[in-house]
Amino acid sequence: MATAPTLPHAAHKGGFYASSNGKKALMAVTGAVLVLFLVGHMLGNLKIFLGAGSFNHYAEWLRTVGSPALPNRTLLTIAEIVLALAVVLHMWSAVSLARRAAKARPVKYAAKRKSQAGGYATHTMRYGGVIILLFVIWHLLDLTFGVVNPKGGDATPYDRVVAGFDPSRWWVTVFYLVAMVMVGLHLRHGLWSALQTLGLAHRYAALKAGSAVIATVLVLGFVAVPIAVMIGAVK
Amino acid sequence: MNLTLKIWRQNGPADRGRMVTYRVEDVSPDMSFLEMLDVLNERLILEGDDPVAFDHDCREGICGMCGMVINGVAHGEQRATTTCQLHMRHFEDGAVVTIEPWRAAPFPVVKDLVVDRSSFDRIIQAGGFISVPAGSAPDAHAIPVPKDDADAAFDAATCIGCGACVAACPNGSASLFTAAKITHLSLLPQGQPERASRAKAMVEQMDAEGFGGCTNTGECTAVCPKGIPLDTIARMNAEFLKASSK
Amino acid sequence: MKDNVNYTVGEPIRDTKAPEGPIEDRWDTRRFQAKLVNPANKRKLTVIVVGTGLAGGSAAATLGELGYKVKSFCYQDSPRRAHSIAAQGGINAAKNYRGDGDSVYRLFYDTVKGGDFRARESNVYRLAQVSVNIIDQAVAQGVPFAREYGGLLDTRSFGGAQVSRTFYARGQTGQQLLLGAYSALERQIAAGTVEMHTRHEMLELVVSGGRARGVVVRDMVTGEIETHLADAVVLATGGYGNVFFLSTNAKGCNTTAIWRAHRRGALFANPCFTQIHPTCIPVSGDYQSKLTLMSESLRNDGRVWVPARGGDDRRPADIPEGERDYYLERIYPAFGNLVPRDIASRAAKNVCDEGRGVGPGGLGVYLDFADAIGRLGRDAVEKKYGNLFEMYERITGENPYETPMRIYPAVHYTMGGLWVDYDLQSTIPGLFVIGEANFSDHGANRLGASALMQGLADGYFVLPTTLGDYLAGAGGFGEVDEKAVAEAEITVREKIEKLLCVNGTRTADSYHRELGRLMWDYCGMERTDESLRKALQRIPELREEFWNNVKVPGDGEGLNQALERAGRVADFFDLAELMCIDALHRTESCGGHFRAESQDADGEALRDDEHFAYVAAWEWGPDGPVLHKEDLNYDYVKMTQRSYK
Ligand SMILES: Cc1cc2nc3c(=O)[nH]c(=O)nc-3n(C[C@H](O)[C@H](O)[C@H](O)COP(=O)(O)OP(=O)(O)OC[C@H]3O[C@@H](n4cnc5c(N)ncnc54)[C@H](O)[C@@H]3O)c2cc1C
Ligand code: HEM
Ligand code: SF4
Ligand code: FES
Repeated sequence: MATAPTLPHAAHKGGFYASSNGKKALMAVTGAVLVLFLVGHMLGNLKIFLGAGSFNHYAEWLRTVGSPALPNRTLLTIAEIVLALAVVLHMWSAVSLARRAAKARPVKYAAKRKSQAGGYATHTMRYGGVIILLFVIWHLLDLTFGVVNPKGGDATPYDRVVAGFDPSRWWVTVFYLVAMVMVGLHLRHGLWSALQTLGLAHRYAALKAGSAVIATVLVLGFVAVPIAVMIGAVK
Repeated sequence: MNLTLKIWRQNGPADRGRMVTYRVEDVSPDMSFLEMLDVLNERLILEGDDPVAFDHDCREGICGMCGMVINGVAHGEQRATTTCQLHMRHFEDGAVVTIEPWRAAPFPVVKDLVVDRSSFDRIIQAGGFISVPAGSAPDAHAIPVPKDDADAAFDAATCIGCGACVAACPNGSASLFTAAKITHLSLLPQGQPERASRAKAMVEQMDAEGFGGCTNTGECTAVCPKGIPLDTIARMNAEFLKASSK
Repeated sequence: MKDNVNYTVGEPIRDTKAPEGPIEDRWDTRRFQAKLVNPANKRKLTVIVVGTGLAGGSAAATLGELGYKVKSFCYQDSPRRAHSIAAQGGINAAKNYRGDGDSVYRLFYDTVKGGDFRARESNVYRLAQVSVNIIDQAVAQGVPFAREYGGLLDTRSFGGAQVSRTFYARGQTGQQLLLGAYSALERQIAAGTVEMHTRHEMLELVVSGGRARGVVVRDMVTGEIETHLADAVVLATGGYGNVFFLSTNAKGCNTTAIWRAHRRGALFANPCFTQIHPTCIPVSGDYQSKLTLMSESLRNDGRVWVPARGGDDRRPADIPEGERDYYLERIYPAFGNLVPRDIASRAAKNVCDEGRGVGPGGLGVYLDFADAIGRLGRDAVEKKYGNLFEMYERITGENPYETPMRIYPAVHYTMGGLWVDYDLQSTIPGLFVIGEANFSDHGANRLGASALMQGLADGYFVLPTTLGDYLAGAGGFGEVDEKAVAEAEITVREKIEKLLCVNGTRTADSYHRELGRLMWDYCGMERTDESLRKALQRIPELREEFWNNVKVPGDGEGLNQALERAGRVADFFDLAELMCIDALHRTESCGGHFRAESQDADGEALRDDEHFAYVAAWEWGPDGPVLHKEDLNYDYVKMTQRSYK
């Protein structure tokens, strides 16, 4: 087959985010933003063990931080916008990369492709991501807007948490736990993967172990709260 | 030993293709996998059938011409081994062996197990070189290269361009192949002047060919017959980001 | 000659291109004399380069860079896969970076002596001169040669030399050098100066007005027969060791391109000079499709032996020291296990012929590392040879740390090839031949690490100058004769049709195997008048049978690998015959050509300089080949008998 003198497929000039590497970088950066959020969120959640006052005060502080220099909720709103944007961009990259991948392998293997590298990342990231997304939606409706919360939007945050994870609503707790495990699995790969994507990875064994540890700590931190409510340690 | 082979047969790019089952008998454990297919082909010819087309040349694991997905694994399950270096002693008597071509849109099937990998050449054309006309080079000792850099460059440079990384990747990504060349050249002082433009052009060409994006699954290094390490991809990513931010 | 062997002796032939004068100045003189093509004209001149190995790849890239319109061809799916990729050991260059007394002159001297005084002095001297630039070029391209801690290039010593001048990239020197040339080639393809045709096999040369003007190729994917025309044609199609079926060459290596050129008038020089490499993994069964080389470096620490008594089939470990024969150490106390390739190979054959060989079929000798492991420790041995041991285990299933390796000689390289002058031009004007495909620089025996050097010297440095001279001189060669094109195409089509029509009962491979076996037995490591005559009787019979009984499935359209193979085997038959005639007529022993009748009292090869100090250049003729002799004169290196005792 003759190769034409000029490149037959002219390299696309769609810019950074049109390239698969650009999308991956976007995914890593937005993922990192979300991880930072998760760390903060988890630390805040744990205040629930210091009592209702401390927890409600923290929730209040979130709304008033920056005032009086800035109107109430300014920083919180900015944070929410950043987070929403991060989630959207993260998903956009995930979806376009998945579509790219599907196009790159139009004919599947007849033999079950045996993973030689554990197969972990392939299976958990995309499906896991969808579960996380469903959870986030529910979670917002439940605890932020209180739409599906038994106590409704007007109750104090503490009360909403306690009511939300009431043993009678065990399925909410189960969903939460499952979602948190998915987050853990997502991050176990996602953390070192983000470093790899940004070109910062080497010494993989240590890096992967570190990712697993951080992911575990986050999961434990998050599930501590609903479990505490379930068993009545927090009421 | 006796084996049952299920082989992908496809008469040409336009043919839809299908799996066909063959029996091979009296296979010696000392045969290479390709020699086992030779035996099958000799028989098919004499029986008036079309022999199975497959690519191969050196048969010693260095030219990168051979490659098939054997029982779902690119180049078969033995690690760090090309198909031509795989021997039948690793199979059990009576085994059923599935044999398929590399599967990726940028590797269209030519016939049976033969695919067109010219997309790899075009990735190299985009920048996988150092521009130096013959006769214009300075003395080889003019620029010393630290041994560690030279060794690391060599490790990346051993890629044979077989395409197993693409075949194994669930995303059909050519990142390992592309990263190996970018790493090799970016580690050497001679590769510096074109470093940024090379990384950018090669990554863009990889996309333009229709390969998938990398999600760091690590399937590529696991099947790579030359053990090209995953950190080459980290290096490619870093090079690309640096080049893009200029 | 008598009996079944007919050839005639024609006019002597002479190289007219090497300038007179001191040998150091000849290449400079030639370069200065060479006419130049002006840049605007280069763009109008087309050059076909067949082959993308070290020779063809470097040539096409360099010619493209110079501004010619280049068309490049290879039979693989990518130019990067040419068989140069498989070279392991290294590449020689007279850099004298070690200060150990190396020089251009010493490399020249070693190569002429190593070639057993059957190579041209002028060519070899130029090769040694240019060797220095090759390393510079390769390093600048990013070839990751081995380096020392100070960051400078490392070298090692190789058979037949007392200095350390071999540059290497672990065990993959050929790969790294070829990828360097390949990257330069791809750069030119992207720049539009080189048009690449992969999976295209050259099947015929187009000669018009007495000049090489094009090639007929088959697109191996579509089956289409295409003619490509040009102002000059360069063949860089590698060696023909596969005439023996089993060799260390890649499966696709063939003689078709140069044989077709030979049929069209190019002389074929020294076809019988083949190199047999002593350390290859032995044949394990009838299905064997190729042989794998184990680096010669193993002989630095491994000891070669066989049981002292024939038929001793105890396990090697059970054979006590006293009942082993370390025959190389015994016969050649000075060089021991490190004697040159041809000598080590023949010695192995001799002990096996005596019935003392080991392994399946008794065709193998032990290469034992027990002493080295005892002396240096297993770790040190693993560091040095780990990857080779692994490769051995992969192929044989035996662990060489525990049981000695089995090795046997195998065909490795062909010194013969198309005859070329100092400009690398064949006897057909406009047809240049470079790399292993020509006969030029290695005489009757090639030294290790010299083929890579020659291929790159030809492609990067020599050809671009001399080809320019040819193209500038003519100033356009006019239209190509249509009849010449049609005739060449018809030859190709007829051959393909003929092969497809036979529809007999044996595959091309089975004929190839038989031919190879015959050549190995009768025209291999040791040749006799009797064996060669037997071969010359049998080859035409077998060829006849082939053409009447071969079975080639399918049709000429589309990918048909069986057809490709059959076409190559057909040409191997013709070449095999010429090799045997050449071997028969050269009644002396020299280098890789050992005639049992010509040996000294100790069984060493005996040259006959009085009668055979010439290149045998054969012209194809309908009534048998015509021999043209090119006398060899040695003004610088004195002819002596080699001795390694
Ligand atoms: C296993 C092994 C190890 C070696 N190790 C060393 C070493 O350490 N040092 C050393 O100096 N030498 C070594 N050699 C020898 C050396 O590698 C070769 O002599 C040299 O590489 C030949 O280069 P080339 O460019 O002439 O041909 P090749 O590299 O063989 O290239 C031939 C080219 O021609 C093309 N071609 C052939 N026929 C046709 C056709 N009919 N139509 C179209 N295209 C065609 C092929 O596609 C290919 O591109 C080794 C050889 C072998 C086999
Ligand atoms: C709490 C929310 C989330 C966090 C903290 C998070 C974090 C991360 C991180 C750090 C990465 C690694 C990026 C990289 O490899 O470069 C990643 C990758 C990924 N994420 Fe998320 N993510 C979250 C939610 C989601 C959601 C909702 C989806 C679903 C659409 C999703 C889908 C993916 C996918 C497909 C990958 C790609 C895997 C890869 O390329 O390695 N993520 N995520
Ligand atoms: S990176 Fe490995 S698997 Fe991919 S082409 Fe190179 S050698 Fe083959
Ligand atoms: S045939 Fe060359 S690598 Fe397998």
